[in-house]
Amino acid sequence: MVKITGIEFRNPTILASGIMGTTGASLVRMANSGAGAVVTKSIGPEPKIGHPNPSMVKLDCGFLNAMGLPNPSYADFDNEIKIAKEGADVPVIASIFGGNAEEFVRVAEGLADSKPDAFELNVSCPHAEGYGATIGTDSCMVEAITAAVCDAVDAPVWVKLTPNVTDIKSIGKAAENGGAAAVVAINTLRGMAIDINSGYPILGNRFGGLSGTAVKPVAIKCVYDLYEALDIPVIGVGGVSSWEDAVEMIMAGASAVQVGSAVHEGVEVFADIATGIEQFLQDNGYPGVEDITGLAHEVI
Amino acid sequence: MRPINSKITKIVEETPSIRTFRFDTSLDDAQPGQFVMVWVRGVDEVPMGCSFKNGITVQKVGDATSRLFEMKEGDSVGLRGPFGKGFTLPAKDENILIIAGGVGVAPLGPLADEAISLGAKITTILGARTASELVFEKRFSEAGEVHLTTDDGSAGTCGFVTTVLADVDVSVYDRICVCGPEIMMFNVLKMLEEKGAHERAEFSLHRYFKCAIGVCGACCMDHEGLRVCKDGPVLNGSLLLDSEFGNYKRSSSSQRVKV
Ligand SMILES: Cc1cc2nc3c(=O)[nH]c(=O)nc-3n(C[C@H](O)[C@H](O)[C@H](O)COP(=O)(O)OP(=O)(O)OC[C@H]3O[C@@H](n4cnc5c(N)ncnc54)[C@H](O)[C@@H]3O)c2cc1C
Ligand SMILES: Cc1cc2nc3c(=O)[nH]c(=O)nc-3n(C[C@H](O)[C@H](O)[C@H](O)COP(=O)(O)O)c2cc1C
Ligand code: FES
Repeated sequence: MVKITGIEFRNPTILASGIMGTTGASLVRMANSGAGAVVTKSIGPEPKIGHPNPSMVKLDCGFLNAMGLPNPSYADFDNEIKIAKEGADVPVIASIFGGNAEEFVRVAEGLADSKPDAFELNVSCPHAEGYGATIGTDSCMVEAITAAVCDAVDAPVWVKLTPNVTDIKSIGKAAENGGAAAVVAINTLRGMAIDINSGYPILGNRFGGLSGTAVKPVAIKCVYDLYEALDIPVIGVGGVSSWEDAVEMIMAGASAVQVGSAVHEGVEVFADIATGIEQFLQDNGYPGVEDITGLAHEVI
Repeated sequence: MRPINSKITKIVEETPSIRTFRFDTSLDDAQPGQFVMVWVRGVDEVPMGCSFKNGITVQKVGDATSRLFEMKEGDSVGLRGPFGKGFTLPAKDENILIIAGGVGVAPLGPLADEAISLGAKITTILGARTASELVFEKRFSEAGEVHLTTDDGSAGTCGFVTTVLADVDVSVYDRICVCGPEIMMFNVLKMLEEKGAHERAEFSLHRYFKCAIGVCGACCMDHEGLRVCKDGPVLNGSLLLDSEFGNYKRSSSSQRVKV
């Protein structure tokens, strides 16, 4: 059992936003396959069809995606959260986005009826113009938006950060100052792939976000830095596909880990990681996850 | 995987609105029922069943398919795949019923070829709106008996594939493999359920695909959260009873829309 921002999780693995999170039924499936909590696809103020395909490709080192935040809008999505809440016996976190504080508040209030256990603010998507990282690279906006959503809802507010900044700590601080209960790091790293036969960028949006194994060292460093700078919990995400990756992320300072791209290998990944962490703690005589959280800071 | 640069080697006009495109790329490990993502550069990337190891059979419906129809032999597209799960391959001497409607023939053509080479017996119910829209008639005839149906009666039985199916004794078939418009497949499923044969039936489904590799969740079906791109596109009939199948699907913005 892990407790973060007042919410209890049966294990420290969480389904990352944008992965199998578009319908209530798929969120339930991920919970049933072992995730300790699930985060929805990022939901916005209006229905959005996203970028044209190709919107995701597997490369040798990881994945590139530019989905473009496709979503049915909060008005159509509260029912999916209700389905997820009824069917899954794990916390359901609503990921939301908007272009400014008013839109974020409108979406959060619009979903409040369906009672998500927490809100995760997406101020970090690297390829949606006017949304995501456009906001998340500006600490004043991050603080203002976090504060506005915290004012509007009772549930804890997490803020998901972009690694595409010079100093992620200052953005993390802004979220903390705005009242965030936790930060989530990291969203994808801006990236691109080009088809050498034609010269065309492969993604429909031309560029997108890199995820998977390739980004793990970047994520570990971001989590490490944020753990040092902040008083609120850090939730680690980026390139976790095994229990060893998860333990590494936790030792960098994460209280829990989110898993995204690794779902490609199989939905059993959550159960595998959770059991592996549990075994590791037992084998090494650690009472709980919190006993290794940030260990890498203490040993030196 | 990156899209494989694939040159169009041959274009066959199957009907006024359906063409087969053959490529210089052969996906030799493609199983009948698996699909490829076809990247029409600068327009879109769309899923297409493999109608041959090196070919797809396409109905012109919108932007990407219209652009594809403007292409000539020698032009190229990007291909990724094969993806997804195909039809269960028959054992020797098994009796297989194929039910194909419209461009739904695409994944069933290779199934017929493969089944014959494995020593199974094939019967096909092949339907289309009108005689000129029938596809792969010769291919299925070479594999076994074919029952034709057209909506307007211009070839074979006048009616739908279900008109023919109503008179078929399905108990003799080890498996029934279906692809076509969802309403057609839904009516087939209901009929097979009444005949107690839905567990022996497999359906190749269409949903909106974004990632096509089982990650994004765009193609998920209620109520089990099945991913049509990875757990399918071929799904057993028993998984489809009590699902959204035949009722609604999701649009590109994941809003529910009626089938
Ligand atoms: C597994 C699978 C196999 C398919 N096999 C064939 C085949 O063998 N032959 C064939 O002609 N068609 C096949 N289709 C349907 C084909 O993918 C669509 O007709 C095609 O995408 C239309 O693209 P467009 O740009 O011309 O049309 P658009 O104008 O973009 O859209 C027209 C309609 O096509 C469908 N569509 C568009 N984009 C996608 C997408 N990314 N994923 C799924 N559906 C989409 C939607 O229903 C949409 O309403 C298959 C679909 C799936 C899911
Ligand atoms: C297909 C895809 C869609 C994503 N959509 C979202 C999204 O809607 N909101 C969000 O905050 N992050 C989104 N992400 C980012 C992931 O949640 C995660 O931060 C990132 O992929 C790194 O983790 P990973 O290496 O485990 O995949 C998406 C990632 C992928 C691969
Ligand atoms: S299209 Fe992304 S999971 Fe199927």
